[in-house]
This record gives sequence, C-alpha cells and structure tokens, in this order.
Amino acid sequence: MESTIIKSENFNAYFGTNHVVKDVTIGIDQNSIVAVMGPSGCGKTTFLRCINRMHELIPGATAVGKILLHKENVYDLNSILVRLKIGMVFQRPNPFPNLSIYDNVIAGYKLNGMKLSKQESNEIVEGSLTKAALWNEVKDNLHKKGTFLSGGQQQRLCIARAVAMEPEVLLLDEPTSALDPISTASIEQLLFELKKNYTLIIVTHNMQQAGRVSDKTAFFYMGELVEYDDTREMFTNPKDSRTQNYITGRFS
Amino acid sequence: MAKIEGELSLLKEEVISMCTLVHSQLQKGLSALLNFDKDLAREVVMIEKRVNSAELKIDRDCEDIFAIYCPVAVDLRFVLAVLKINTNLERIGDIAEGIAKLLIDTERAYSEELLNNTKIVEMYYEAILIVEQIMKAFENEDSAIARGIFRRDEFLDEINLKANALIIAHLKNHPEDIDQALNLLSIIRRLERVGDQAENIAEEIIFYLEAKVIKHTNRKEK
Repeated sequence: MESTIIKSENFNAYFGTNHVVKDVTIGIDQNSIVAVMGPSGCGKTTFLRCINRMHELIPGATAVGKILLHKENVYDLNSILVRLKIGMVFQRPNPFPNLSIYDNVIAGYKLNGMKLSKQESNEIVEGSLTKAALWNEVKDNLHKKGTFLSGGQQQRLCIARAVAMEPEVLLLDEPTSALDPISTASIEQLLFELKKNYTLIIVTHNMQQAGRVSDKTAFFYMGELVEYDDTREMFTNPKDSRTQNYITGRFS
Repeated sequence: MAKIEGELSLLKEEVISMCTLVHSQLQKGLSALLNFDKDLAREVVMIEKRVNSAELKIDRDCEDIFAIYCPVAVDLRFVLAVLKINTNLERIGDIAEGIAKLLIDTERAYSEELLNNTKIVEMYYEAILIVEQIMKAFENEDSAIARGIFRRDEFLDEINLKANALIIAHLKNHPEDIDQALNLLSIIRRLERVGDQAENIAEEIIFYLEAKVIKHTNRKEK
C-alpha cells in the first residue's frame, strides 16, 4: 500500500521579490521515484531545495507554505534534522577533495559532531558503498582520495555519503548531467535499487531518463506545477498542452 | 520548427501517397472488372511492387524516428499509428492485387445481370469510398470522419453476408455462370476485408488523435 511521505501544500518560494515557486501542492509516495522536469528557470531546482530547506541558505531567499515529511511540516523542525532525513545529491559529483573515500562516506557524521566507534564506521562505510553499488570497485582503495575515482564513481560516492546518514528521502539534482552514458546507466540502475529503501525525487533535463527511471513525473513551468501524473501517462498522453509542447520539443 | 516536426510531416506525406496509390489500385481493379480489361488488371499486379516498396520505406522511416528522436506523447502515438496503418494499407494493396489476378485468370467477361445480382459493383464503390474517407481522416486529422468508417464497414459486411444467397439465386437461373459466380464470391470476400483493414486504420487514427484505444470494443462503444 502506497503512502504519502512528502506533501507540499500551497507552497511558494521567493528570491527577494521574485516569486519562483508558485502555490505548489503535490504528494509523493513512499518508495517511489518522482522526476521533476521543466525548462531552465521554471523553479524545479528551487522547489527541490525547499524540500530539505537548503533554499533558505541563500541570502534573500524565503518560502511560504508547508512541506510535510510524513505529517510534520519541515519548516517547524530543526533544519539540520530535516537535512539528515532528506539527503541531497548534486549535479556535479562533489566528494570532499581532501578526504579519503572512507572519510567521505562518514563525512556527514563527522561534520555533525556525531561520534562513531571504529566498528560502526566500518559498517556504515561498507553498507553505504554497497547500497551505492561502489563497494566492490573501491574496497581495496578506501583510503585513497575520493577525487581519485572516475566521474560516475564519484557520483556514486556522493550517493553513498548521502545514504550513510540513513535518510528517508533522497533529492537528486540532475545527478547524471555531468556523466557519460555508461555511468548514467549505472546510476539509473542504482536508483531502482535505492527505491527499495528510500523515496527519490530527481530533477532532470533528460526526458528519456525521466521516462526510464520514474514512477511519476511533475512538470513545472514558470514556477507552477502544471501537471503531475504517472510517468507512462505523462509521456504517452499528457493532459496539458504546455506539457505536450515541452516533452515533444515544441516549446518556444 | 523542431526537426522532428519536419520528419513527422514527411512521414505523413508518405502515408498519404501510399494511401493514394492503394486507392488507385482498387479503382483500376473495378475498372478492369467492369470492362473486362485484363491489361489493366496486369498493371495492378505490376504496381503492387510499388506498394510493397512504399511499405518498406515507411517502416524504415518509423524505425529511424524511434531511434533518433525518441518521440513521446502525440508524436509517439503518431509514429505507432503510422506503423500499423502502413501494414493495413499494404494489405489493402495485396487485396487489390489478388482481385486483379483473379480477373487475369477469368475466361470470359462477367454478365451485367450477374454483376447486378451480386451487388458487387455497389460493394466495390463503397470499398473505394472507404479508402478515400480513411485518407481524408488521416490527412485532416479528423476523428469524426474516422468514426464514420465503422458505419460504412457495416454495409460491406451486409453484402458479404448476403452474397451466398444472392449467388445461389443467380445460379438457379444461370447454372452456366458457376465459374464466374465463384470468382465474384471470392472478390466479395476480399472487398469485405478491405472494410476490416479500413476499420483498423480508423482505430489507429483515433488512437493517434484522442489517445483512446478502441480496438476490440463493439461498434456502439466506438
């Protein structure tokens, strides 16, 4: 039985007076993958960053409305706690350059001052790298720097770093846009595996990727959520003409 | 204009041109039947090769569009519909060829009385008109015209159902016409299949335009 894990209600976000996310109401099912797409500047990344309260880190950025994680408004919770429960992976792989692969995975614990025993660290590192489908490739080089890895491996390391904190939701902002097709395919395969334990929300410009990986797709345009539906329905029979024009490449 | 729009537009033109060719094949078949013109029937058999090449070209172009443009939404439905319409048109082409071959093998001209009694000429005109309507529905993207095909196909079915009785009745008075009558019965069966192919095409046009799958539903629901 599917249940809603994230729900936004009449949510709005601003940069100063610029209204970039407009009255968005959306429900996201647990253990599902939701793709968020739309033209550049449509507010999709801003909306993603509002879900784990990263938007407010930008000077002048504000948000109005509710985003519920289960039934709690994330804006009523401690923002650090929110980011522990809702992890994020960015467009470009960004492992900490001075840290080893091992230390990159447990960086979240160290940065938050959470102490781990050696055994706990070992378990978290192996478990997270296994979940990120990277363990077999790096287990003999755990103390080499993260930047020693290929782009695709670095991105999987970032995913391992995010899942090490045992979040409930993972936000992925164009996670494969800087990767080659082989690395992209391995990340997409990984997303299917991660779906068993997490809820994933992925911003992507790659429509075929949205079609391949997601259960539902949300289409944003000029800050509005224009359409939100099952991905198969959206890609075969979109209801709104703006969605149809966008996905068929007829957007002016 | 997005590049895929140009490709889809060319694909549409190819389908219209194939439909025009198939329509002309049926028309020549009727003319060959009425005038007992075996040369015209032979021309139909020759031209069938062009119908086959058109089918292969459209198949290839659909394959290219899938591979290069990954069409979605209305574009995806259009290419999927064209693939199936293409097959149906090619089958109508085969039917026209089959009729032409029957005419080539016929020994003597069909009597006017036999043609009238079997209602084959009416049926032939209706089959040609159905193909015209298909072309119009496809070209103008008009699902109302496509839906009209279902009613027209009923007329072909009706003549087909009555064909045995009509032919038996004719043969009672003209037993010498047995070979001719059996040939006409075979042509009637083929024309009935033109209606079936046209109905399939109409269903695909509606799928493309309205995103509705109406295959395997009864005519009232369509």
